[in-house]
Amino acid sequence: MSSILIKGGRVIDPASGRDETGDIWIVAGKISKSGGKAGRTIDARGKWVVPGLIDIHVHFREPGHEAKETIADGCAAAVAGGFTSVAPMANTGRPVDSAMAVRYVRDRAAEAGLARVFPIGAVTQGLKGEELAEMGLMAEAGAAAFSDDGNPVMNSEILRRALEYAAMFRKPVISHCEDAHLTKGAAMNEGLVATELGLRGWPAVAEAAMAARDAMLARWTGARVHIAHVSAKETVEVIRAAKKAGDPVTAEAAPHHLTLDEESLRTYDPRFRMNPPLRAREDVQALVDALADGTIDCIASDHAPHTVEDKDREYDACPNGVIGLETTLGVILADLVAAKKLTPMRAIEAMTTGPARVLGLPHGTLAPGAAADVTIIDPDRKWKVDPSKFRSRGRCTPWEGRTLKGAAVLTVVDGRIVFER
Amino acid sequence: MARSPKGPADWTRRHLLGIRELTRGELEAILARASECKKSPPTGKPLGGRRLLTFFAESSTRTRTSFGIAARNLGAEVIDLSPAGSSLSKGESLRDTAQTIDALGVDFAVVRHPSSGAPHKVAAAIRGSVVNAGDGSNEHPTQALLDLFTIRERLGKLDGLKVALVGDILHSRVARSNLWAHRLLGNDVTLVGPATLIPRGIESTGAAVAHDFDTVLANHDVIMMLRLQLERQRAGLFPSTAEYSTLYGLTRERLARLKKGAIVMHPGPMNRGWEIASESADSPQSTILDQVHNGIFVRMAVLTLLNGAK
Repeated sequence: MSSILIKGGRVIDPASGRDETGDIWIVAGKISKSGGKAGRTIDARGKWVVPGLIDIHVHFREPGHEAKETIADGCAAAVAGGFTSVAPMANTGRPVDSAMAVRYVRDRAAEAGLARVFPIGAVTQGLKGEELAEMGLMAEAGAAAFSDDGNPVMNSEILRRALEYAAMFRKPVISHCEDAHLTKGAAMNEGLVATELGLRGWPAVAEAAMAARDAMLARWTGARVHIAHVSAKETVEVIRAAKKAGDPVTAEAAPHHLTLDEESLRTYDPRFRMNPPLRAREDVQALVDALADGTIDCIASDHAPHTVEDKDREYDACPNGVIGLETTLGVILADLVAAKKLTPMRAIEAMTTGPARVLGLPHGTLAPGAAADVTIIDPDRKWKVDPSKFRSRGRCTPWEGRTLKGAAVLTVVDGRIVFER
Repeated sequence: MARSPKGPADWTRRHLLGIRELTRGELEAILARASECKKSPPTGKPLGGRRLLTFFAESSTRTRTSFGIAARNLGAEVIDLSPAGSSLSKGESLRDTAQTIDALGVDFAVVRHPSSGAPHKVAAAIRGSVVNAGDGSNEHPTQALLDLFTIRERLGKLDGLKVALVGDILHSRVARSNLWAHRLLGNDVTLVGPATLIPRGIESTGAAVAHDFDTVLANHDVIMMLRLQLERQRAGLFPSTAEYSTLYGLTRERLARLKKGAIVMHPGPMNRGWEIASESADSPQSTILDQVHNGIFVRMAVLTLLNGAK
């Protein structure tokens, strides 16, 4: 493997706090301080050079629902969006609740040869919330964490045992916080907009109450809980209090919850339907503040592809979920960084060291000797979101037609250029 | 706020999807046209050569029939494309339905659907006009219009009124359309029912909320009872029909305590003995059959106005 020199870019490396113009060498698949003769020199002037981005919450649907997404297409979307590591959730067509399924996901990812894939195994068999899945064997097969995401683990006894068990393998449990009794039939955030639209409401308390339960169970068991897709200001309060108390709790927020609110739903547009739902403007503000101050550890897309047919239905009958891998960076840079709500350093941190720490991954750093996962970002690149150009099989995005500013222009995984614009 | 249409020439709206999107001028234009239709039924065939299609994905007797009569009175051809039974999930997608309606070349599609927003989706896909005949818990605009028409006929005015909507506000499209209509007209609206059937925070629409029906009886001009759906009991929203009737039923005793001249309304179909006693439903104060009758004129008004917008 010949060496690569990325020259003259703005190097932003949250792991070291470095933010300066400089060069990055990639030698034999590793980050290096220097190299000999570069096989390729990349002019990165005017660009940002950052550790390969990490998204710890994606849905690749395979095995079982390949019409919605495949691991290969999901990985292609990831690297096009600047993400070098992704963690697909277990609620695939056939749930990833066994070592065999974990190996299958890893094998398919290896065949694709694009992004690093860290499969998340199910907490319970078939994601049913009843009996523990074989977490030990899945951990051995390479599962990075456990989650029934898509479903909450409603039974507190099951979750307690899952936490105790997962902790033996030093893996976090990722919790989809939703009291399902409070959200039955819900189609959007509960509030005045839902009342005006005649849609069933999903109250914020259904998330916050479960997050509070999970934080208490984390404290009591000492096991790590990661709260997925935080959407409500009340949940932010719960996490802030838990962290203050020293509980082993981390959290993520999705780009749509960080930038959009329930007003978007006034046209009954399925492109704005996801779970948890878009909330009120105050919630968006609370999430942005929490991301800026570290209460929320990382940004995760909750990339949730569906077929066009699945989504093109009456609003309250269409499935939840929008895609994100190819828009996350542009949305965060345009709506949070350019809008001065988040510094470039904090934004990159929330997509590199932040998520790496949650899953205990040795990535998200430009430290010499680290595996060479690097993303080059053009922060000034303006582009219009055109779903027909996505690598993902999903087409449903709330940002369709939006002009975003900022995009990945080159992505390196393990020293190999896997995407170049 | 858009300008108030003074006559048919000013009418620009192609669809009637909800009361919430209307201006006061539009609301008044519909009611004025409905009065004309009732006083002197249009001669000739103002909608001759036009085709109206009813698509009811939820059961209905009076609304579909009323639209059919209204359209025939105007000389339009009426066809029905309602899916058989309630097995909508097995049927075609709403997009295909809309495209089919469009391909059939209809001028009006009257749509009832269990999903809020479904008529909006149809409206976006067809060249003709869509009239929302009830979508999920969202709106039932022609019901509110015929209610207003009936109120004005009985009380002689549409402003300065105190209106109580009683029952399942949470799930009722009739309640929503009436709430928006009366707020648009500046009337006082009180929403009456158990806390479990009233949406949280609805006071911010300007409506008052009361959980004690007896406190509103003597000082409201309009008492509109809403149909009680038994499945709400199964969902744990109230304990029993017996308790509901006791707390929120318009019993004979409560009827006797109404303000002098107050009217009793119900969109139908009624559960006699649950939300409304027979004595109340059949009392002189009741407007229930007037509502059904006036529905025809209101729908004629809507159809001719939408026709003029083309």
